[in-house]
Amino acid sequence: MKGSVIISASNLVKWFGEGEARTVAVKQASFEAQYGEMLYIVGPSGSGKTTLLSMISGILRPNEGSVIVENQDIWSMKDDDLADLRLNKIGFVFQDYHLFPRLTTVENVAIPLILKKTEWNAAMELARDYLDIVGLKDRADLQPVKLSGGEQQRVAIARAIAGQPDILIFDEPTASLDGDTGRKIVEFVKTNILNEKRAIIIVTHDSRIYEYADRIMKMEDGKIVGYESGYENSQQHEK
Amino acid sequence: MVEMKPVSGIYRVALKLLMNDKSKFTALLVGITFAVFLMVMMMSMFSGILARSCAPVYNIGAKIWVMDPAVNNTNSSIPMPDYILSASRSIPGVKYSVPLYFGSALVKLKNGAYQAATVVGLDDATLFGRPEMIEGRIEDIFADNAFVVVKDAEYAKLESPKIGTQFEINDNSATVVGLAKVASSGLFGIPTLYTTYNRAITYIPSARFTTSYVLIEPKSDADIPGIQKAIAKLGYEALTRDQFVKKVSNFYTYKTGVGMNIMMMTAISFVVGLSISGQTFYTFILENIGKFGAMKAIGAKGNELVSMILVQAVVTSLIGYGLGVGAASTFMIIAKWRVPDYAAQLTYPTLGLALVMVMIIAGFSSYIGVRKVLQIQPFDIFRG
Repeated sequence: MKGSVIISASNLVKWFGEGEARTVAVKQASFEAQYGEMLYIVGPSGSGKTTLLSMISGILRPNEGSVIVENQDIWSMKDDDLADLRLNKIGFVFQDYHLFPRLTTVENVAIPLILKKTEWNAAMELARDYLDIVGLKDRADLQPVKLSGGEQQRVAIARAIAGQPDILIFDEPTASLDGDTGRKIVEFVKTNILNEKRAIIIVTHDSRIYEYADRIMKMEDGKIVGYESGYENSQQHEK
Repeated sequence: MVEMKPVSGIYRVALKLLMNDKSKFTALLVGITFAVFLMVMMMSMFSGILARSCAPVYNIGAKIWVMDPAVNNTNSSIPMPDYILSASRSIPGVKYSVPLYFGSALVKLKNGAYQAATVVGLDDATLFGRPEMIEGRIEDIFADNAFVVVKDAEYAKLESPKIGTQFEINDNSATVVGLAKVASSGLFGIPTLYTTYNRAITYIPSARFTTSYVLIEPKSDADIPGIQKAIAKLGYEALTRDQFVKKVSNFYTYKTGVGMNIMMMTAISFVVGLSISGQTFYTFILENIGKFGAMKAIGAKGNELVSMILVQAVVTSLIGYGLGVGAASTFMIIAKWRVPDYAAQLTYPTLGLALVMVMIIAGFSSYIGVRKVLQIQPFDIFRG
């Protein structure tokens, strides 16, 4: 399993607006992500990394090109099938976490399970197990607002893995955290969440966490301009 | 093996999102409860007024009422010539017909004050339309100067007379020979006296004609249309009880301002409920819009999010409906206990109409929420 291709994107193009107002956000982007890999997409603001992330995760339809996830051309699917694919194969950790403040932590984690129509009590039980994985079992019945930023991030991770996805998508996971907490979170993800049956794709600006990447894909002006290993990049950054 | 169940978990999440936001949930409930309370009160008041305006029709209980076509409510009868009674008796299908006097008189009380009263004169031969006696015997109505007093909310206005009490009515001596009860009191808050038809037309000054209504009992219901046609040929109108009730109701609804005023108050209550709940629900959706977008990204389908919002709106509306109806019922019970004349009555049509209005409020509130949630794209969540 490890090393085989899980996502294959070919010639992805995405533009916004029409006529003179048209802005091309992603230009002919092609890449592959592999099982067992932690792939970073990095680049300056406006380079198209979030747009690319959205297209490969079945959220934003490309104008041109295709995305194959586990041998399925996702953009030939109907909307409901695409929603099922996201629910069953992709886990998201959003920059602002987007936890429901009126639900308890365990209820937030259980959302993907409930969407999969798991019975309520069973979903809560499973969600507690996932909270245990991220070290927050004792916080299960608190509301997210009572947790620190790092804890909320870990709740979001628990929610993302609760659906047992093959692909985990992180959007700027350290943006709202201090450097130390951010590094700990990513280290935790690499050590405990990544496995040979799963790929993790992270969009980030934060060079302090480059050392945890297996590969770093660089983007500029909507184009993929190159790859580096995480180790190489972190060495350069230190120099 | 994990147990699978339909989307009930989604509804539970929806209700937790709503009810755990206590301030907004309370605001929503207060808005809907208040609107339902006002709507139910207004419609119950209207229903009560209409019922009271038709009280004599229910109390007398005749199947067919013959009257001048210009009569539009029970209290404004237009006297008819005696030949109408005779003619009605010769119409095929008529089992019997009797005259009824319906008018008002002034009663002079012991303290010298005057009190208006409604006088119902029953056919001397049959006493058709007689009230249910609670004290005394109905036969005593044939005694000299005899009157039966209806013991209702207005009874005290005649200084609560007893059997044997004497008073003056239009300068004639009168004696109370019994106390009676009727199904419904009148609209105008004046006491009711029953006597015989002949005594009534003797005691109460009237124009050339004296018969207020002719009451007809048909041999069968199938004879009613024929009787109505025959009466129409005489230039008068024969209405069944339901038709008469409808005519009186229409008069009060459309020609007195009562209906329009109450309808406007009901509409205002509806708009108040609609705006409070619509605005609060919209704010609630706006506050959670990012989360709904995140749910979409995670894999929630559009119809699941729509059903969540519908459940929130419908449950809130039904709770508000229950509280509003409860509050209105409590208010009416207390009001009737303290104010015997209080007319409001809660009917099934009122409850049904209020429920329909609440469902419209729920539909409107959820519509704006659904629109907003369906518009949000998961990509917007990534873009922040």
